[in-house]
Formats: sequence, structure tokens, C-alpha cells
Amino acid sequence: MTRFWLVKIVRTLLTLWFVLTFAFIVLRTSGDPVVALLGADARPDEVAQFRSQWGLDRPLYEQYARYIAQMATGQFGISYRDGRQVIDIIAERVPWTLLLGLVAYLIAALVGIPAGILAALKRGSTLDRLIMTFAVFGFALPNFFLGILMILLFSLTLQWLPSSGTGTIWHFLMPAITLGTFTAGTLARFTRSAMLEVLDRLYMRAAAAKGVPHWKRILLHALPNAAIPIVTIIGLNLGQLIAGAIVVETVFAWPGVGRLLVTAVSSRDLAVVQALVLVIAATMVVANLLVDLLYGLLDPRIRVAR
Amino acid sequence: MTGPLLAIEDLNVRLPRGSDRSHAVEGLSLTLEKGEILCIVGESGSGKSMTALAAMGLLPRNLPKPTGRVVFEGTDLLGLDERRRSDITGRRIAMIFQEPTAALNPVYRVGEQVAETFRLHTDLSAAEIRDRVVDLFREVRLPNPEQIVHSYPHQLSGGQCQRVMIATALALDPAVLIADEPTTALDVTTQAQILRLMLELRQRHGAGIVFITHDFGVVAEIADRVAVMQQGRLVEIGTREEVLHAPKADYTRRLLAAVPTLDPRISRTDLGKPVLLARKIVKTFSGNGLFGRGRSVKAVDAVDVTIRQGETIGLVGESGSGKSTLAQCVIRLVEPDNGEVIISGGAFTGLRGSALRDARRRVQIVFQDPYTALDPRQKIGAAIAEGPRVHGVSAGEAMQRAFDLLDAVGLDRASADRFPHEFSGGQRQRICIARALAVEPDLLIADESVSALDVSIQAQILDLLADMQRRLGFGMLFITHDLRVASRICDRIAVMRAGRIVEEGEPATLFDNPQDPYTRELLAAVPGRDWQTAPPGQTKARAES
Repeated sequence: MTRFWLVKIVRTLLTLWFVLTFAFIVLRTSGDPVVALLGADARPDEVAQFRSQWGLDRPLYEQYARYIAQMATGQFGISYRDGRQVIDIIAERVPWTLLLGLVAYLIAALVGIPAGILAALKRGSTLDRLIMTFAVFGFALPNFFLGILMILLFSLTLQWLPSSGTGTIWHFLMPAITLGTFTAGTLARFTRSAMLEVLDRLYMRAAAAKGVPHWKRILLHALPNAAIPIVTIIGLNLGQLIAGAIVVETVFAWPGVGRLLVTAVSSRDLAVVQALVLVIAATMVVANLLVDLLYGLLDPRIRVAR
Repeated sequence: MTGPLLAIEDLNVRLPRGSDRSHAVEGLSLTLEKGEILCIVGESGSGKSMTALAAMGLLPRNLPKPTGRVVFEGTDLLGLDERRRSDITGRRIAMIFQEPTAALNPVYRVGEQVAETFRLHTDLSAAEIRDRVVDLFREVRLPNPEQIVHSYPHQLSGGQCQRVMIATALALDPAVLIADEPTTALDVTTQAQILRLMLELRQRHGAGIVFITHDFGVVAEIADRVAVMQQGRLVEIGTREEVLHAPKADYTRRLLAAVPTLDPRISRTDLGKPVLLARKIVKTFSGNGLFGRGRSVKAVDAVDVTIRQGETIGLVGESGSGKSTLAQCVIRLVEPDNGEVIISGGAFTGLRGSALRDARRRVQIVFQDPYTALDPRQKIGAAIAEGPRVHGVSAGEAMQRAFDLLDAVGLDRASADRFPHEFSGGQRQRICIARALAVEPDLLIADESVSALDVSIQAQILDLLADMQRRLGFGMLFITHDLRVASRICDRIAVMRAGRIVEEGEPATLFDNPQDPYTRELLAAVPGRDWQTAPPGQTKARAES
């Protein structure tokens, strides 16, 4: 058990280190941040001062060592653009993204899982085909397209909902639905196939023979056994919470981490980008850890094997 | 109450359009009395399980509603809606299944699963239920009932899982117990224990038992009356004596004739050079490295096997005895830790790359499950010709060989152009045998190759193997859990237990004068062994005495 977690933790740290290194290499090779920030016609002495101020005149290996050391100790540094602490900039954005993501996930789970169960129970029926058609729509439709479509319909034409920004509960609706649609579709499909797999199992028949009522059989006997693939998908998607929010936050001008990443990248704000990459990688890794933990809770065979 | 306990009257279960016949069960009528054990016997597709499922209202959803009547204590169960029927069947009619490990829900503790029955149908408190579950576990002879209630199904053996299922079935003291092949997936010694348990329970609880089986040996052990089914119809019904000793129907006679007996065949003497010399084979499996706790199991422990040209050696043992691992070591699907394998005079262990691939031609294997052993997208002819092609035979010649083998295994040449799903289980096993023999091996390994087949098909496949061996002269390692099957085909039998061969000898000697206590135990557990030798009128359920 301890050994299991030790291995997990070492693997997690390795993953984070790889991500950080990759981000460093990409950022240093994709253009000069000084030119991006100060403009191509900046004076040479300004450029030189800027370089030495941010340590960009040091050898690459030294920059790399300092960068890893800072990341490891949680010093994310100061934004090149406005000189504020990076940690403060990110901290004021994270709640917005989390809130949006969680609402989107709630919608996705409340729609996707029951839809999948229903489709499995009515396999081959019109209802099943209808649900699966919507599911395919859900994950085939690109976020930006669905978002723009909704703005056109509900904000511009019908004028029911605000097209962007924050403030009221109504501001949540369109971004959350846009973000959640993809996950709902995926969840519906996976829930359906996981349930189909389980519904024909002998223990379902044995439960019926015991006289367990229909809905109890579905919820207490089938669903816990179908949960593993469903949890896997939720975990994978949860990891993309921030990554996936980039498009939606941009479309709806949502003040979250996703939009911060876009502006930071386009202005070569190295410190902010590096910190954000770490945050995104960390959400992925934590989501995976949670999934592993849940596997153990859900399936005694896995729990005991550990 | 007068009349039978359970009466099935003119039961019909239709099959969906496009099936190979119109009905799974057709015009079936039979009765079950209180305290009686009625065995329903038949081969696969006879409708015996469908009858049980229809009576319980558990038919797969794609089948139309059955017609006829299933009268239990004066109520026609088929006429009730699901809720009322499952209330009656849940309390009064219990069912146990063939695969005990699959019939228990893997995410709940076994104690909870038995407790659920009480929670659904009684007002007992949690503490009372706990006591009742422990009592039940004690009654079905589960070891350490207080601890085992907290176990998950995967932590128990197949036999223990079946005991849990039986405990669940007995929880509410049902009037009828329907057991669908409850011992088929179990080892013979476990089977004997479960059969004994069923007889005890019948006596103690006085329930009527419908026992579905394909095995006449089991029938001889426990039945009061026997119903024989074929293709959904009742062929004959009568007392055990009548059906086993004076069957009326031709079909019953044919089935009885095909039942393998413990009649040892005469061992042959005119055998050739050794084709397999396996010396001191050792294989240890250890817990999965990084996460395991370093547990290790010696699956094969310094085993020697010699097989000569044209000879068949039977490897007999229960699940976990190491017989399949030994075979896999011989064929090097599993790398042995130690020991030496010599095939047709050439070293086989230690070979690598192309030398190993060439040598593999000389050993072939036929697996247990003919349904998964063939690539569903490969035509039969191509499947048989593939081996020779890999080993350098020209396409034309390989195809010719495939045709010849199809003739030899009793399938017509047109089969070469068809896919596996168009064949029955027995036919598929014939194809697997043809495929194995296509590369002209010196040694054929048959790993439980007839275990999944009906008795009549089983007999045909055994005859086919013996016939092909006579013609081609290969040596055969025949792995089985069934001593009756082994006695029919083997020149020598080796009994395996816990990775070791505990006893080896010619069948006649081994059966008449077993030396090892385990061999004696295995022999004693063979179901129905007295029936086939006893004169009519003297069959007595051994388990009862």
C-alpha cells in the first residue's frame, strides 16, 4: 500500500518535471520575449537592461536551473508585463475557471449518465438512437462553434441571455452548457456501453431471482459495476478542465485561467505562462490520482490487489 | 394442499426470428413434488435452462413472453406482473447458477449479498440478519463463517462461491430450488461435496429441487425422477431407475451410450521412439513484482514426462494442479524456470528466433474453448493452411493439405470457404484439430479439448483424435479434469496435484489399485460410477449412503 503510493508520487513528480522542461524549451525557442514585449524598434540599451533585469542574459542552463528551483519552491516570479506577483494574477483567475468547470461538469453528469443508463436499458429502441444521436452531436460539435451559435441565438436574436462577461447567474448558463456538452456526450456513450456490459452479467440475473426490484437492480447492482469506465472518463475530462476552458473563456470573455493563458502566451509573458503550464499539468495529475483512488473505493478487487 | 408443488403446463418459449429454430421450449409439461429432486437432462440447446428461466420470469429481454402456465401453490406465475411474480419467486422459489463466481456481485461482500434477501423480504433487524447469515454459512459448511461473511467473491474459491449462492437460496426456506448446472464449473471433489450438501438440504428443508444438468453421472447420484429434453421438447420422463436402466426413447439411449465410463482402455505396447522427453520441469509464479508481497506459487514442481510415438498420456488433476502450466512449459508458451524439454530427439528449451519457430512446428496444441480459438474473420481453409504456409509449404500444397484434413476430420471441402461462426462447437473443435495437424506435428497437446462439448460430441471428438493418431502416429498429451474421459483415450494416466505428479500408471492398474490417497479421492468423486457397473434395480444414490 505505502509502496503503491510512493511509486505514484514519484511518477507524479516526474510528470511535472517533464512538463516544466518541455514548457521551458518551447518558450525559449519560439521567439524572443523581449522583442515581443518591448516591440521590434526598442532601443538596444533598453533591451539590454530588460534582459539583465529578468536574467535573460544568463546562460540557458543557468536560467533552467533557476527556473526549476523557483517552480519547486513555489516562487512563480513577477509578470514581465505589469510587474505583479504571478501567484496573485493566477489566484484571482482560478476561482472563475473552477466555478465554471464545476457547473459544466454537474450539468454533464446529470444529463450524460442518466441518458446513458436509459439508452442501455432501452437498447435498440428509438429512444436509444435518439440519445446516441445527441451524444454524437455533443462531442462532435467544436466548442467555439456551439458557443458562437448560442450567442447568435440567445443573445443577439432572442436577447434572452448576456453574451459575455460575468455578474449574474445568467452569465453562467451559456459558457457552462457549451463546456459541458462535450463531456455530457462522452459520458452518455461510455455509460451506455459500460451498462450494457454489466446488464447481461449473471449476478444481475441472480439479483432478479432474489426478487430485487428493477430500479434497485440498476442502481445498486449494475451502476457500481459500470462505474469504473465512467470514472475514468470523468477523470480524463476533469484534467482538461482548465485546458478545455481556453476556448470557451475566450468566446464568452470569461475572466478565467484559460483566457489568461491566451493573453500571456501572445504577449510572451514567460513567468505567467510557465506557472500556468504547471497549474494545468498539476490539475491533470491530481485528477488522475483521484481516479486511481476512486478505483480502489469502487472495486474491491483493485483495493485488495494493492 | 393437493396437487404437485410446481406444475409446468404446455410451456412455450419462442425464439426471435432468424434463429435456427422457432422455439427454445415447445409444449413442455412436467411437475415437481414436495421433497423431490427432478433432474432435467439434455445437451446444449435442449431448452433446459430456458425452461428454468421462463419459470422464474428471468428470460432475456429480446425473447417474447412465454406462453402456457407455470402453476406454483395454485398461482399461475406467468399470469402475474413482474412485481408480484418477483415477490413470490424471490421468497418461495430460489435459483442457483452454473457459474458461482459470476453469479455474485463483485463489489459487495458475500455476507451483504445474502443479507439483501432478508432485507427485501423480511422485517428482521440488522443484528438478526447478521446472525441468520452466519448460521446459513455454517449450514452450507463454509469455513469460519464469522470471517467469511466479510469476504468479497474474488477472495473465495468456486466451490465456496457456490456455497454462498446456496446459502442465499436457502435464506427464506424456499419451497422450490432450481439449480441450473450448479456443479458443472467445479472440480469433481468439490462437485461431490455440493451434491451431498443438496441431498442433506432436501432432507432438512423438504424443498422440491429442479436440478438441471448435462451429466448422467450426476443424475445417477441424486435424481428421484429424470426428464430428458431435446431441442426444446420433452423426450421422456420417469424415475431414475426407468430412465437410466430402461430408457424408452432412442435419444435417451444414444445419450446414455455416449456417457464416458471408467472403463480403462487397454494400453498399447507397439509404440515408437520418444517424441517428448521433459525432465525436471519447474515453474514458479510470484506475486506481481513491484506491488506484490513476494508470494510465490510453485505451479510445476520438478515434473518428468515421457511420451512415445503414437502414445497418449493423460494428465489429470483439478483446477490449480498445474497441468495446463506444465503443457504451456512444454510448448514454451510459458518459459519454464528450470528443466529440459526434448522433442523428437532435438532440444527445445534454449532455442531462440528462427530455430524456435522451426521447432514449434513439431508441437501443436488444441485448446478447450473452440469458440474463441478461431479467428472470427479468417476463413476455415485459410486458418488450416496458415501453419504450413508459415513453415514454407507452397500455397497450393497447403490448401490441398487443408482439404485433405477437412475430409479426415469429417467436414466437407466446401467448409474451407466459410467462417467459424457458421459451425457448431463440435465442428469448430474438428477444425481446430485439423489446424493443429496441418503442420504434421510429432506431439499434439489437447488441453481440456473436449470439456466444453456435449457428451455425444465429446465421444465423436475422442474417436476422431484416436483415429488421427492411428493414421499419423503423433504422441499426445491429453489434459483433462475428467477421469472418465481420460480412461477412454489414454495409454497412461498421470495424476497431478499441487504441481507434482502424485501417481502415474496404466489406467487399468490405476483405477483398480490406486496408491496415492488423492487418486483414491478423485476416483471416489467420479459422479455415477456405480450406476454404470451396477445391475438395474440396484442403483443407489451414493451420496445418500
